[in-house]
Amino acid sequence: MTTTTIEAPAVHTRPSEPPPKSRRFGKTLTRAVHASAAVVLFVLLWELVPRFVLDESTRTFLPPLSEDLQALWELTLDGELADHLLASVGRSAAGFAVAVAVAVPLGLLIGWYRPVARFLQPLLELARNTAALALLPVFTLLLGIGELSKVSLVVYACVWPVLLNTIAGVNTVDPLLVKAARSLGLSSPRLFRKVILPSAVPTVFTGIRMAASYSILVLVAAEMVGAKAGLGYLINTSQVNFQIQQMYAGIIAVSVLGVVVNAGFVGLERRFSTWRPKEKA
Amino acid sequence: MISIRSVTKTFGALTALDDVSLDIADGTFLSLVGPSGSGKSTLLDLLGGLATPTSGEVLIDGDPVRGPGLDRGVVFQQYALFPWRTARANVEFGLEGGSLGKRQRAERAREYLALVDLSGFEDRYPHELSGGMKQRVAIARSLAYDPAVLLMDEPFAALDAQTREQLQEELLRIWRRTGKTIVFITHGIDEAVYLGQRVAVLTSRPGRLKAVVDVDLGDRAGDVRSGPEFGRQRHRLWELLHDEVRKAAEHERSAAR
Repeated sequence: MTTTTIEAPAVHTRPSEPPPKSRRFGKTLTRAVHASAAVVLFVLLWELVPRFVLDESTRTFLPPLSEDLQALWELTLDGELADHLLASVGRSAAGFAVAVAVAVPLGLLIGWYRPVARFLQPLLELARNTAALALLPVFTLLLGIGELSKVSLVVYACVWPVLLNTIAGVNTVDPLLVKAARSLGLSSPRLFRKVILPSAVPTVFTGIRMAASYSILVLVAAEMVGAKAGLGYLINTSQVNFQIQQMYAGIIAVSVLGVVVNAGFVGLERRFSTWRPKEKA
Repeated sequence: MISIRSVTKTFGALTALDDVSLDIADGTFLSLVGPSGSGKSTLLDLLGGLATPTSGEVLIDGDPVRGPGLDRGVVFQQYALFPWRTARANVEFGLEGGSLGKRQRAERAREYLALVDLSGFEDRYPHELSGGMKQRVAIARSLAYDPAVLLMDEPFAALDAQTREQLQEELLRIWRRTGKTIVFITHGIDEAVYLGQRVAVLTSRPGRLKAVVDVDLGDRAGDVRSGPEFGRQRHRLWELLHDEVRKAAEHERSAAR
């Protein structure tokens, strides 16, 4: 990860007095039940409906969850899943890292020079709202069918949330804080480093978290065209070869990967913004 | 010594301050009152070096003000604390880039947080502090780099009455202890009289200096606000301000039309 350009604010938290252990445990349990009820229900439906409700032909295309998990287990055991996972994560991470490395400094620059921000905003808005996958054919034409076009597509998809959030983060710094810092005689570079940057960190990081999710979403689709490995490839070939359980296994792997990545970044985000009063998730 | 000499400040067609001249001797506590739109904050910005006069000049010890500097500290109504910094780190802010080492800065911050009665809250973030505590941190931050002049822009206006009175008392205590020159903007007559040795009254738009009143309340011990002398001073200022407040209100009405 290349977020080293950001000076993170020092974080010290004083843990508040924990409630008695038993009560806390009970509370956590209740919360866990509430949070997972919908997922549990979904899992049950997925298992039971194909088994008892669907007719034979539909059941072939929508097998019960246990069979899909069986396939996932087999893929895990013979190492095939790891290969595909590694291929996908490698591409996502590479594209994501390049995007962050480019978009954060660029966003800081654009945000700092307001006229530039005003000039570029409409174009950025247009580019952001152009679905990355719509450009896949263009990337393939220009960069070929190999790794470069896939990683480039991830870069493209990841750049926008990071860039726009960074610009917004710099632009929405409380003017009073700037005034206070100026009243202390801070020069522009120091003002930028000590006020603008730390104040923008949480907004920038939200963009980075969004980019991390996009990197997986976009890649999987890209891998369905002309790839030889990767989770998207796994899903697509399984379908073509009529290995339906294996196809679902790939889908489950993708969604677990997405959830894990997002959870990781949400955790990081929280660490970067302890100084914020509790607000939006 | 602060000398404001024939200072005029215009923003486009609007004249915020018109030919204001005022001398403030070292160590004076000066309250500055005036109706809204009388250019109080503009005058403070000029003193702080955050704006430059359209004509006239502001001198500090004979040198014209050429920008902000650590010889003056500004305290804002909305605290202006850096939310990602703890109370201690906020107080250290103005010391960074100076000659003090890390440990000395921390020591200084602790000392000044103690001065504003916030020992034990060094590691709290601003959002964990009450309004009164935040303003104490802001005052400590401005005092920590030891400016000769403290410029305060309605610092207690957002606080509840009790907290305000408490902070007023403490500000007087700090002023006596440190001997700073304080310029204190307020729109409260009581506050102006209670705090200021001198009270400068500005007129409604454009802001001109209407009068400077000397206040003598002795050492302000006990419940001075109920005393007859306080009432007399208060009434004198009320009369001076009354017309201006009415004019300002008329101004706003016609502007809204």
